[in-house]
Amino acid sequence: MASKVIHALYTDDDVLMDAVKKVRSEHYHIEEVFCPFPVHGLDKAMGMPHTRLAITSFLYGCVGLTVAILMMNYIMIEDWPQDIGGKPSFSYIENMPAFVPIMFELTVFFAAHLMVITFYMRSRLWPFKKAENPDVRTTDDHFLMEVDAGNHDVEKLSNFLGDTGAVEIKIIDKQEDNH
Amino acid sequence: MYTLSNRLRLFSIIFMVVGLVGLIIGFASSPGSIEDVKEMMAAHDAHGGDHGHETTETYSGNTVHAEHDLDKDKHSGDDHYLHILHQLQNKPWASLYVAAFFFFMIALGVLAFYAIQFAAQAGWSPVLFRVMEAITAYLVPGGIILFVILALSGFHVNHLFVWADPEVVAHDKLIQGKSGWLNGTGFIIRAAIFLAGWFLYRHFAIKYSRKQDDEPQGNKWYKKSFKIAAGFLVFFIYTESMMSWDWIMSFDPHWFSTLFGWYVFASLFVSGITTIALMTIYLKSRGYLDFVNDSHIHDLAKFMFGISIFWTYLWFSQFMLIWYSNIPEEVTYFITRIEDYKLPFFGMLVMNFIFPLLVLMNSDFKRVNWFVVMAGVVILCGHYIDVYNMVMPATVGASWSIGISEISAVLLFLGLFLFIVFRALTKAPLLAKGNPFIEESKHFHY
Repeated sequence: MASKVIHALYTDDDVLMDAVKKVRSEHYHIEEVFCPFPVHGLDKAMGMPHTRLAITSFLYGCVGLTVAILMMNYIMIEDWPQDIGGKPSFSYIENMPAFVPIMFELTVFFAAHLMVITFYMRSRLWPFKKAENPDVRTTDDHFLMEVDAGNHDVEKLSNFLGDTGAVEIKIIDKQEDNH
Repeated sequence: MYTLSNRLRLFSIIFMVVGLVGLIIGFASSPGSIEDVKEMMAAHDAHGGDHGHETTETYSGNTVHAEHDLDKDKHSGDDHYLHILHQLQNKPWASLYVAAFFFFMIALGVLAFYAIQFAAQAGWSPVLFRVMEAITAYLVPGGIILFVILALSGFHVNHLFVWADPEVVAHDKLIQGKSGWLNGTGFIIRAAIFLAGWFLYRHFAIKYSRKQDDEPQGNKWYKKSFKIAAGFLVFFIYTESMMSWDWIMSFDPHWFSTLFGWYVFASLFVSGITTIALMTIYLKSRGYLDFVNDSHIHDLAKFMFGISIFWTYLWFSQFMLIWYSNIPEEVTYFITRIEDYKLPFFGMLVMNFIFPLLVLMNSDFKRVNWFVVMAGVVILCGHYIDVYNMVMPATVGASWSIGISEISAVLLFLGLFLFIVFRALTKAPLLAKGNPFIEESKHFHY
């Protein structure tokens, strides 16, 4: 189904921030904002929920710690408890200081890598992914706000966006959803 | 301007008086002769089982106490009781020393943090400078008290440092070899140099900070502050390292560790930062620091979290290397601690590492003031126990306890600390308004 969206381009991040606030206060729906660099506070202005990536990272770290402990307990203590250089291998806790470097590294390894992979999956990034770039200038020096035209009066909406400081306004007919 | 409330003044005086009385009781009740020790131990054995022997006999077979055989020979006659007598006589001295050092190291840690803020031209912290300056006010009186205790110990008025006892040194080849460094005169001269350097920086840093308020044009005084801060930090890292050898490591003159200076530094740094956070939250709750926002508290809590982990890293690096190689001359240090001080030794690890790790990891919790206070109190108690663990095993050995003299010594110095610090707060406005970064700091937002 075809749907109408309006692309408003800005050249300054302060103007963009201002525009985002105005558009939201008029209760228009912002589909997406494309920026060449992170604009501090944009997520807050758009009313996006806080990321939960840090929480997943903590949980992955716990998994890594568990893997390290179970692995070394099985190998060094249960399966073949050898006397290696007089290190006590009667129980895990007795030889624990020697295992700490590995416990630490695996915790960090799991926390970091699984979090990065989670980030890629949640933000749909992979090597042969087709770039979703509505306008090449947004990777260089332009900011683009995509507003859902919906049932609104397109004329009125584009005038309103012009008043917020947009340098260019385009009405786009989308054949399918962006994602 | 801050005004010292009468209640706070009264509280600190009560702490000091109670602490002093308790400490006097502690000194008075330490045994005077071997007969007293025998009597005490007989009374103790009657209702407590043979607790004293238990600790030395029940260790598992695979660790060898290096001095055990020696001890057995020596303990044939009254030597055993003489040994206990010295430990018990040391107890009030050692508790006095631990408390004096602990509160002094807080002031020193804050001074180092303050200098770092200047040298790094930090934009977030200038609103906290007056709080830091007030905490470092304890440096001078606390340092003088510590100096007196060190002088008394260095010239063997008490038995805190074994290397100060000429009779011990006469029979000890190892200490003889170190007597070029470990002798009363050198010890006192070095202590005087360290303290003088630190006092001097503190004096000028405060002076320039006040002058910058009166005369901010051209930032003349600020630039001077910056220069002396950089100079002080160089001086500090050398002297702090040597201080830790002299004032802490020389309790065990047979033992040495190369990262000990860093370890003590981490301990004093994190205690100092925690104290800044606690003081700031207290003053803010009283309405004196309206320009301090949650982001400042958040930053302090991040420092508490980060330096706690840094402390653990150093603690573990020291412990694990010695445990792993298990060289008898080094490992006795940890064997005595694990055998006789199991709870404080591993308990401090929970208080200084696991607790702050889990409590201060969440970004939102670092903005909740009572959370930071709770974590801060645990961290400070943990670092008191850290100093306790460094000093006590060499001075009182297995005869340790946290009793009247320990708690009294802490109360005495806590009262003194609060009194001096809060009185110093009344001396200057709570906002260092001449600082070139003050506007940035007021609007600091994380």
